[in-house]
Amino acid sequence: MSKQLAAEQGRPMGASIDTLINREYQAGFVTEIEADALPRGLSEETVRLISAKKNEPEWLLEWRLKAFRRWQQMSEPRWANVEYAKIDYQDIVYYSAPKTAKPLGSLDEVDPKIRETYDKLGIPLHEQKLLAGVAVDAVFDSVSVGTTYKEELAKHGIIFMSFGEAVREHPELVKKYLGSVVPYSDNFFAALNAAVFSDGSFVYVPKGVRCPMELSTYFRINAADTGQFERTLIVADEGAYVSYLEGCTAPKRSTNQLHAAVVELVALEDASIKYSTVQNWYAGDEEGKGGIYNFVTKRGKCAGARSKISWTQVETGSAITWKYPSVILQGDDSTGEFYSVAVVNNYQQADTGTKMIHIGRNTKSNIVSKGISAGQGNNSYRGQVKVLPKAENARNYTQCDSMLVGNRCGAHTFPYIEVGNNTATIEHEASTSKIGEDQIFYLKQRGMSAEQAVSMIVSGFCKEVFKELPMEFALEAQQLLGITLEGSVG
Amino acid sequence: MSTTAFLDDVRAATERDGEPRWLRDLRARGAERFAAVGFPTTRDEDWKYTSAAPIAELDVRAISEPGGEVTRASIAPYSFGQDGWTTLVFVNGRYDADLSTAGVASAGVRVLSLEQAREEMGDLLRDTLGSICDVEQNAFIALNTALFTDGAVIHLAKDAVATAPIHLLFVSDAAAAKGASHPRVLVVAERNSKATVIESYVATSEAVYFTNAVTEVSLGDGATVTHYKIQRESPRAFHVGTIDARQGRDSHFVSFSFATGAALSRTNVWTILGGEGCGATLNGLYMADGSQHVDHQTRIEHQKENCYSREVYRGVLDDTAHGVFNGKVYVHPEAQKTDGKQENHTLLLSPRAVIDTKPQLEIFADDVKCTHGATVGRIDNTSLFYMKSRGVGALRARQLLTYAFAADVLEQIELDAVRESLEELTLARFTGATTAE
Repeated sequence: MSKQLAAEQGRPMGASIDTLINREYQAGFVTEIEADALPRGLSEETVRLISAKKNEPEWLLEWRLKAFRRWQQMSEPRWANVEYAKIDYQDIVYYSAPKTAKPLGSLDEVDPKIRETYDKLGIPLHEQKLLAGVAVDAVFDSVSVGTTYKEELAKHGIIFMSFGEAVREHPELVKKYLGSVVPYSDNFFAALNAAVFSDGSFVYVPKGVRCPMELSTYFRINAADTGQFERTLIVADEGAYVSYLEGCTAPKRSTNQLHAAVVELVALEDASIKYSTVQNWYAGDEEGKGGIYNFVTKRGKCAGARSKISWTQVETGSAITWKYPSVILQGDDSTGEFYSVAVVNNYQQADTGTKMIHIGRNTKSNIVSKGISAGQGNNSYRGQVKVLPKAENARNYTQCDSMLVGNRCGAHTFPYIEVGNNTATIEHEASTSKIGEDQIFYLKQRGMSAEQAVSMIVSGFCKEVFKELPMEFALEAQQLLGITLEGSVG
Repeated sequence: MSTTAFLDDVRAATERDGEPRWLRDLRARGAERFAAVGFPTTRDEDWKYTSAAPIAELDVRAISEPGGEVTRASIAPYSFGQDGWTTLVFVNGRYDADLSTAGVASAGVRVLSLEQAREEMGDLLRDTLGSICDVEQNAFIALNTALFTDGAVIHLAKDAVATAPIHLLFVSDAAAAKGASHPRVLVVAERNSKATVIESYVATSEAVYFTNAVTEVSLGDGATVTHYKIQRESPRAFHVGTIDARQGRDSHFVSFSFATGAALSRTNVWTILGGEGCGATLNGLYMADGSQHVDHQTRIEHQKENCYSREVYRGVLDDTAHGVFNGKVYVHPEAQKTDGKQENHTLLLSPRAVIDTKPQLEIFADDVKCTHGATVGRIDNTSLFYMKSRGVGALRARQLLTYAFAADVLEQIELDAVRESLEELTLARFTGATTAE
C-alpha cells in the first residue's frame, strides 16, 4: 500500500474537511448605506434621544428611563458557562437607522440597496418572491423597513407592524402588554434592552382568529459597532393562533457586536403561539475573532386556561449565545414546549436552554434539546423545570442529547429540577454520544460520501426538532446545519 | 451570620501544642482558608438549594474532652450484629479504646485511630493527609482540617485483603449537645488491596450538635474499596460530610450513602478516576420526613480512558422534608471510551415535600457514552390499583410500593449484613413494623 493511500485511508474525509470547514459565512457582506446613527455611548441622554427620534409618548420614555436607572444598578451576569472579554457599554452605537427611513407607503419605496440585501439573503420581502405567502417585517439594524401582507392581515383584524408604529397606532395594547412577561427589571440585558430598544415587531391576533399565514421577521445587523436591541411582542387573544418565524444574520466584522433582544409572548385562554427561530448571526472566524454576542431574553406566558406556547429554535450562529426561551404556565391545562438544535463550531459558545415554570393545574411541558459541538466549541444545555406547590398534576418530559465531534469541544448539561408538589411527574433524560464510525462506514458502503453520511446522521439526530419547524424554515435550517458542521468530522 | 464560635475554635486549635510541624502547617492553612471564605451562602452554586446559615448560627463549640455515657449495650443496635469486624468506636467525636474491638486480623491491614497513626505511621500521614481533600475545596473541609482531633487511619499494604469489614462507628449521646466534632478518616489502599469500610454516624439522644466529617480515600492500581456511609444522626443534629477518593489504574471505588438522620445534612461523594480502566459505583438512598433537609452532592471526574461509572440515588420524602441531589459527571478530553450512567429518582409522599435535583454532565471527549436520568413523582396509581385488585389494602399497598421503591437501590449493597439491616430499617419505616432500631 502506498504511503499516500494509507494516509488517505487514515483520514478518509481529510480533503473535504478543510474545504468545508473553511467555507465562508455566506451572509457576511456589508451593505453600504448611509445610516443615521447616534454617537457611541450610553447615558440618560441617549435614552431620551432614541425616544425622541421615534416620537414616542411620554409613558414609554418614562418606562425606558426607569429601566435605564435600574440597569445602572445591575451587574452583568457571569454565571453562564461562556467566556468573553468585558463588554464596554460605552463603546456601542445604540441607534442606527438607514438614512432613508421615513414612513413608507408601499414596499416599492424601500431603499433598493436594502432590498438588494434582503434579496441576497433570500428573504421574501418582495411580494413576487418565490416564498410568497409569508408576511415579513424586516428589521435592518435598528428600524423596521417594511411590512408585507399588511392588508391581507388587516382583513382578519390582525395587527402586524413594527414596534414603533404599534406604539403610535395601538398604544393601549402596547401599554397593556409591554413588560408584562419580561419586566424591565428582569435581568441585566433585558433592562438594557428596555432602556434602548429601537424597534422590533408587534403582533396582535384578535379573539378566535387563526392567522392565515406564517408571520416573519428578519433581523440584520449592518452598521459596524452597533448593538441591536429589538423588542418583539406577540399577543394571541382568546382562541387565537399564530405562527411566527424569526431569522437573523449579520455582516462579517472582526469586532464583536452585541445583540440583546427581548421577546414577549402572551397567550390568553385557548390561544396558541408557535415561535420559530433560525439564528445565523455571524459566528466569528476560525480563530474566534469577531462574531455576535447574542444575549437574548425570550419568555412566553400562558396566561389563560388551555393556552399553548411552543418555542422552536435552530441556533447555528453567534460567537456567544445566552438564551433561554421560557414559558410561564399560569393558566390551568396550559402547555409549554421547547425544541432546540444548537450547533457550535470553531470557538463558538452556547449556553442555552429553557425554563418551564408550572403554576396552574394540569400544566404540561415538553423539552427536546439537541446540542452538537465541533471544533473548539462549547455547548451547554441549561434548563429549569419548576413546579410550584399549587401546580397540581404537572407533567414534564425533558430529553437533551448531545453529540460531540472531535475532542477539543465540550458538551454540558445543567438541568435544574425543582419540584414542590407531589402530584407532579417529572422525567429528565440526557445522553451524550458521537457519530459512530460504524454508522459512517455503513452509509459509505451504501454509496454515500462521508459528508453525506455525516449530514444524514446529524439530520436524523435533529429530526425531532426539525419536524416542529415550518417547512421553508426546516429546509433552511438543514442547510445551515450542513454549512456549520459538515466536514468537521474526522 | 455569625461564625465567631467556629473562629474561636480555629484559633484555639492553631495554638495546640505537641503537634508536628507539618500538621501545624496543615491546620494553619485550613484555618486561614476558613477565616477567608467563611460558610457558603445560597449564592454559591454548590449551595444553591441548601442554606448553611443554620449551621453558621449554631451555638456549638468543638468537643475537646472525651465524655458521654455510651456503653456496649447502647451501641449494639448499630453494629449490624457482627462481632468479628474490626470496629473503632468514637463517642462524641473522641476515640474510645474500650468500646472498640480489634476483630479478625488480616495480614497487611492496619486500622488505627488517628492519634495512634500519628505515632506509628507519621510519614504516611504527613504525605497523604490533606492531599486528597484540599482546604481550597470548600469551607467545611477547611474547617475540618483546622480542627480535626480524632478519626481513623486504615492502611492496606500491597495485595492485602481485609477479610472482615472495618466499621468506624461515630456515636453521639446527650453529652454531645452544643458540641461540634470534626472527624477525619484516611483510607490508603495500596496496589491490588481490597477492603470494605463502613462509616456510621448514629445518636442515642436527640441532642443538637454538629458533625463535620472528612474522609479521604486513596486507591492504588487495582485496589478495590467499598465504602458505606450510614448517616443516622439525631433528628436535631447537623451533619456535613465529604468522602473524596482518588483512583489509580484498574481500581474500583464503590460507595453507598444511606441518610435518614439530622435536621440538616449534606453529604459530598467525590471521586477522580485518575487511571485507565477504573470503575466507580456511587449509590445512595435518602429518606426524610418532618422538616428534615437532606442534600447529596456527587462528583465523578473521568480523567483517563476506558473507565466506567454507575450511579443510582433514590429518595423518599414525606411531610415538609426537602431533598437535594446534585450529581456531576465530568469527562476530560483524554477520557475517551468513558461509559457513564447516572440516575436520580425521588418519590414524594406528601404534597408539601420538596425536591431539587440537578444532574449534570460536562463532557469534553467525543467517544463517550454518557447518560443521566432524573424522575420525580408520587406512587403510581396503576400499581396501586393493581395491588388493590389483588386484595391488598390501600394502606398496605402504598407501604409496600414505597418500600419497593427504596429497596430497589438497597439491593445493590453487596455486604449481606449491611443490606439486610438497612432493608429491615426501611421496611420498618414504611410499614410501621417495630424492629430493633
